[in-house]
Amino acid sequence: MTLQFNDETFRDDYSFFNSERAIKRFPFPFHEDSYMYSVNMEQHRGGPVDSVYEKRFDVDEHYVSEMRDRAMVLADDPLRCQSLPHMTLAGWDLLELIMVSKSEDYPDLFELHRDGDKWRWINRPLGIDHSFTFLDETTLPYGPMEYITRQAQGDYAVLDQRDDNLWMDAGMITTQADWSLDFDIGMNFFEWHAPVPLAHEKGIFVRALKFLLNIQQGAPARRLNWTMTVNPLLDTSPENYHKWGIQKTTLTPENLGAKQHLRVELQTFFRLPRSNALVFPIRCYLCSFQDLMSVPKWGRRLHRVIRDLPDELATYKGFIDNRPMMLDYLAAFDDGLLTSPGIWPDLDTEPALQK
Amino acid sequence: MSGAEKIAVKVTEIVPLNDLVTRFKFERVDGGLLPTFSGGAHTVVEMQDGDITRLNPYSLMSDPMDQTAYTISVRRDDEGRGGSLFMHTRVALGDEMVISYPVNLFSLDLRAKKHLFVAGGIGITPFMAQIKQLERFNGHWELHYACRTPALGTYGDELRAHHPNETRIYYDDQDQRINLADLLEGQPLGTHVYVCGPKGMIEWVRNTAQADGWPREAIHYEEFLAPKPGKPFEVKLAVSNKVIQVGEQESLLEAMEREGVDAPYLCRGGACGQCETSVIDYAGNFIHRDHWLDDAEHDSGEKIMPCVSRFEGKTLVLDR
Repeated sequence: MTLQFNDETFRDDYSFFNSERAIKRFPFPFHEDSYMYSVNMEQHRGGPVDSVYEKRFDVDEHYVSEMRDRAMVLADDPLRCQSLPHMTLAGWDLLELIMVSKSEDYPDLFELHRDGDKWRWINRPLGIDHSFTFLDETTLPYGPMEYITRQAQGDYAVLDQRDDNLWMDAGMITTQADWSLDFDIGMNFFEWHAPVPLAHEKGIFVRALKFLLNIQQGAPARRLNWTMTVNPLLDTSPENYHKWGIQKTTLTPENLGAKQHLRVELQTFFRLPRSNALVFPIRCYLCSFQDLMSVPKWGRRLHRVIRDLPDELATYKGFIDNRPMMLDYLAAFDDGLLTSPGIWPDLDTEPALQK
Repeated sequence: MSGAEKIAVKVTEIVPLNDLVTRFKFERVDGGLLPTFSGGAHTVVEMQDGDITRLNPYSLMSDPMDQTAYTISVRRDDEGRGGSLFMHTRVALGDEMVISYPVNLFSLDLRAKKHLFVAGGIGITPFMAQIKQLERFNGHWELHYACRTPALGTYGDELRAHHPNETRIYYDDQDQRINLADLLEGQPLGTHVYVCGPKGMIEWVRNTAQADGWPREAIHYEEFLAPKPGKPFEVKLAVSNKVIQVGEQESLLEAMEREGVDAPYLCRGGACGQCETSVIDYAGNFIHRDHWLDDAEHDSGEKIMPCVSRFEGKTLVLDR
């Protein structure tokens, strides 16, 4: 498979687009016609061919453009990438995990050659060919975590584990859904989840933390999370709310299908071997409503999920004001037929829309 | 299957170190590299003893960066249920065995300005790997190691030879004692203390440090409990809809596994919390032996850790 990389932007003229192939493999997050929080974790051990679950770190057509966008965010605000001093070893762990995974999973795009501590890393899409000494920071242009995550799609929260808790002590966070590493750094699991409504009462976080503390080497896990974004923005940070928050008021019934995006995070969890830290890669996928509606099952289901979502969640996810307009648009794609269980598009078995 | 991921290994070295302790070296059967690990990690070794599968956790004591082999040291326990005796008497060079991926319940706190290690007897093993890890990154550490006699001072000579300034060894038979109060008193701010050894030593260090005002999160300890034998008892597993007997020499966890009930575990020593099980109904007394549940939970009768805890009484119904 040769991957074609899109030349696109996630800002200004928003030339971002999904190819036909990207739409079909979009990680639609709703496995049934309604949504409520759950600790929806499963093992991260591959998945259907060409799905976003297939490889340890999915590389897709947006790779080069996303890395360009990340570099711009960092140039404007270096605090999007931070690592407390005790997290350097975890950074090397992460560098090794990503380099080994990508070179094994995409040998036509990435190569890693190791001779003891002397390593050579080739990243063809970004035109990098770099020799360095493993565990020697002076041989890299950035710290190990920053070096590798400038070359890897998605955000990376690197969590120290101690005292039966997880601590947000390092991260590369430039494509986030309205939270801030600079605010959260040094916080523990309960502190950084404090703003989330409903889930505390349901004991979700206590169970989730227990699950995460027990994630073991060689046995990574994953889940999907979602929110909504107007315009295909990767950077919806609190730091830049003044730039993107106002854009939510630009939706009209005419432009909604193109402008309103479902934003899905593929969250994975890996135990890091040398540091015993946990890394939490958060990969962001965007898909416009009109592209989603090309899949009949997703058209039917998205309407029902958004219609029945509790107000607290629509508020927390930032689209309560636009929900009526979204529902007017989505209702046209819900013919009332049953949907098949599971998240996959089921194009072969799901009937075409009946109107 | 429960527990961590498994690795097929062969035994490539067996070295009796003294009357009680033997060292085993494992390499991958397929000749590949083993995963790196962090100092303080353990592996669960599976032993095929006839029809019985014994599963014992042992600290990895080799260099965490060395991916060619793992080593463990096994202290023979003649009063135990047979796992360590099996390792000593039945495992031979070239044998193929199955071990788990490394699991770390006794990790270094990498924020520490200094790491103060207190070891008793076979409790030296996790520190062997932690010392190698710290040496690689110029970490600041100090070890105080108490053992019965010079002959039983496993790795004492090696540690003293390589780290004469950081290592202090105390022999019981020479009436040498760690002066813990002075030792803790003299540490720089930002020091973390780690203790691994017999139960009494762990409590002594924890209590002394706490009384001395050390923050709770700067005190680390690890003790794997071997399940103890006890009176046989009967248990009803509500989810699996089975009534099973727990024998005198087996643990509740082992009895469930024997009956084909998959129960989660990571340490099998009362420390990790993985096998925590809810009690649906009971009439009798629990014999709680784990470190995981707190006193209130032990008293509540609502939870049990099947890896080390037992029950005496008429009725026990579990949510498994």
